[in-house]
Amino acid sequence: MNQNTEKKKFVFTKESLKKKFRISEFLSEKIITSVAFLSIAIIILIFFFVFRETMPIFKSQTAVESQPATAMVQEQYGVDSSLILNDQGQEQYGVDSTVMVNANGQEQYGVTESGLQDTGEVSSTDNAAGSEHEVAVLKSLVGKDWLPVSDHPRYGLIPLFVGTLKITLLAILFAAPIAILAALFTAAFAPNWLREIIKPAIELLAGFPSVVIGFFALMVMASFFQGIFGYESRLNAFVGGIAMALAAIPIIYTITEDALTAIPASYKEASLALGATKWQTALFVTLPAATPGIFAAILLGIGRVFGETMIALMATGNAAMTSANPFESVRTLAATIGAEMAEVVFGDTHYSVLFLIGSLLFIFTFGLNALAEFYIKGKLVRRFQGKS
Amino acid sequence: MKEFKIRTQDLTLFYGEKMALNSISMDIPEKEVTAFIGPSGCGKSTFLRTLNRMNDLIPNVSITGEVMIDGVNIFDKQIDVVNLRKKIGMVFQKSNPFAKSIFENVAYGPRINGINNRTELQDIVETSLKKAFIWEEVKDRLHDSALGLSGGQQQRMCIARTLAVEPEIILMDEPASALDPISTAKIEELIFELKRNYTIVIVTHNMQQAARVSDYTAFFYLGELIEHGKTRKIFTTPDKKQTEDYITGRFG
Amino acid sequence: MKKGNRKRIIGGIFTGATGVSAFLIIAIIILILVVIILGGKETFSWEFLTAFPEDGMLKGGIFPAIYGTAMLVLIMSVAAVPFGTLTAIYLTEYAGEKSVLAQTIRFAVRTLATVPSIIFGLFGLGFFIRFVGTGMDTVFLGGELKWGQPNILWASLTMALLTLPVVIVSVEEAIRAVPRELREASLALGATKWQTIRNIVIPGSFSGILTGTILAVSRGAGEVAPILFTGAAYYLATLPASLSDQFMNLGYHIYILSTQSSNVDQTLPIQFATTLVLLLLTFVLNFTAVIIRSGIRKRRAK
Repeated sequence: MNQNTEKKKFVFTKESLKKKFRISEFLSEKIITSVAFLSIAIIILIFFFVFRETMPIFKSQTAVESQPATAMVQEQYGVDSSLILNDQGQEQYGVDSTVMVNANGQEQYGVTESGLQDTGEVSSTDNAAGSEHEVAVLKSLVGKDWLPVSDHPRYGLIPLFVGTLKITLLAILFAAPIAILAALFTAAFAPNWLREIIKPAIELLAGFPSVVIGFFALMVMASFFQGIFGYESRLNAFVGGIAMALAAIPIIYTITEDALTAIPASYKEASLALGATKWQTALFVTLPAATPGIFAAILLGIGRVFGETMIALMATGNAAMTSANPFESVRTLAATIGAEMAEVVFGDTHYSVLFLIGSLLFIFTFGLNALAEFYIKGKLVRRFQGKS
Repeated sequence: MKEFKIRTQDLTLFYGEKMALNSISMDIPEKEVTAFIGPSGCGKSTFLRTLNRMNDLIPNVSITGEVMIDGVNIFDKQIDVVNLRKKIGMVFQKSNPFAKSIFENVAYGPRINGINNRTELQDIVETSLKKAFIWEEVKDRLHDSALGLSGGQQQRMCIARTLAVEPEIILMDEPASALDPISTAKIEELIFELKRNYTIVIVTHNMQQAARVSDYTAFFYLGELIEHGKTRKIFTTPDKKQTEDYITGRFG
Repeated sequence: MKKGNRKRIIGGIFTGATGVSAFLIIAIIILILVVIILGGKETFSWEFLTAFPEDGMLKGGIFPAIYGTAMLVLIMSVAAVPFGTLTAIYLTEYAGEKSVLAQTIRFAVRTLATVPSIIFGLFGLGFFIRFVGTGMDTVFLGGELKWGQPNILWASLTMALLTLPVVIVSVEEAIRAVPRELREASLALGATKWQTIRNIVIPGSFSGILTGTILAVSRGAGEVAPILFTGAAYYLATLPASLSDQFMNLGYHIYILSTQSSNVDQTLPIQFATTLVLLLLTFVLNFTAVIIRSGIRKRRAK
């Protein structure tokens, strides 16, 4: 008690309550805030570094365009060593493209007339050989041949794109209907106890490592489907597509289910009160109301399939072919990176092209994610808050 | 009349666009119990929470006017909220023991003030629990989880936890609303004891409780202070019609 | 009357289709489990788990792959869990609900969660190995090649980036489950914000941090694409002894044996057994996480 009364005399004065600087408080807040920035920083760094390794394809070309001179001059311009190494590597390949090709390639990338002429004029020098090679690389990107390891390497992305699209299309055609119907089943029809089984089971599927799904497709599904359809190549787009569908189903299911259960009960009750049956309500009220969510689910499913590497590596056959037949082997963009990156020389053209593919994948999935986000956040929320 | 511990001057509070307190001026005397009554949503809890600046935690709150404690405006930019709260204890509607032992719950405040000496902490814990009339019930299980106590015991332990920081003012936000009659009686008895050394402000729904424990009563309605005065007067001969209606149970 | 019948038939077909879809998924899951368990159970033994591969990986066990995977997820957790936890704390305790920064961070976290895993591999190669590693070699070792090549450290850090969102989301959920009353009690006792976070919020969300760690470990143990060229090795006669060593990995082992082995058929039992080990590992981890998480959700619902 004594202590108390003594203290009371100087409590609640401006002095005793004066703002204190607490170093631990200050530091913890600063540290936590900077750590939180890390997620943003990582995204930016991924952009930056994946593009950085892509740049040599474009950079060496512009360097040559602006000043068609010797490698020595390039060094003075502060071109980095990887580029020099690049040029040396290309010299070995020799010149395999004509001035015509050169011009075409340059036209494609929007170079001015004079630049085009310059390059044409000095095309016989060593350095222009390098430049021509670069142009050949750029031109070959839009070609139909993916032959990165040959005497005349060609980096045609068309078959890879076709392969990826084929796989994605097949996978989504399998996954989307099954996942959406299953989500509707759990959200609208299934009794509680069944829902308690289905949802964790699908969560479990989401937890399957893709290498396991790839292994299953490679060892079991491929032979099984070959037995049914009797096609020639055991591993093909069809097998890969179904395997990818297994990876996409949990994503599509989960987001669709969320969207379906987020629909206010009043919607459903209104429909039921009007005499609609359970299935009519599900099909004509619940499902349409959840379309933005379902759309987002499919977008994210596409993103998942598009970027999936291990399943593609193991189950698609990995042949870079441009065909529409679903029973032929394909090679996807992601699988190409996965299969070839370990064997390239750091810094050479093949390496940069693989990074270019990575950049494209990244931009594409980033866009899909942003779009899906817009759909989930924007449309769905607005719809239910009655602000639309 | 006694010295005033807390004086508010034109205290107005907005939650975003919505006015929750309208120009409240009130004097709260030292070492007495002041009860806030009024229907729910009338602003009595909000007012209580401005007294230790607990509303700082809620986004979009804007406050004008003054709260003077011992002549110091607690909304002054120079005021350290953390130190302020050490001097103003708060007991909440729902007992909120930490998921720690009884001992650690009560020692929490002293510990964050830098007291780590074991015997000193033991002293503080024992004294505080005794002041809160719960020592006898828990002295043999100080190191058991506080979550194992009954609701009433938890609430008294929370009061002990508050006392351990040696505040001068104790704010109680419907401290007995979730308790059975026996526990409520114990809390009320405790409040009666505590007012010898502390200035107590209690928000309550229960008018009998206000009548039983408080010396002064303030009636709030729709964010305004309708009437404030000696409890006996408020309950027997209120000045305002609204107060009378509320007390006699005509609305609420 | 006829119209009513037709309606009923459509309804039946539609309802049936939803049910069939759900059961199809369950059936596939069971099928995968059964096939892999049956294919792997003969080879699966204590011996298999603890022995080194022999005869050019045609025989023997998978101990180095298990060890390498364990080290990978360990280093990964050391990096990802503190950073993920702090980010979650920022988002729940410091950032305003509508602050632009918090929104941006949330968007970044969600984006990070959908970036294809192979991109993380590319980033690991471009950033950790070619930029940080080579930089370290140039600055500290005078250009001697040590860090500028794939190793377990870079692979683990790459994996940490991939699993960061998993940790953040789990911890955030758990922190939000810590009752507001407890924070208020602590603050009312004169605790500072950081004291409250350290003494009340973090201990209160311990189970969420644990769940996040388990889920991250499960994810990290199963992902192969990010480590294809950041540190995983085809075969190593010794276990990784330092951070600059390469390592073997369960998932990578499955991939290598099933696609690039000298004799795929002969190693088939090993492949199934390795897959079984990986599946069991992720299964057990995920199951544990689901149980802890449902506990958190129940507590939150109270």
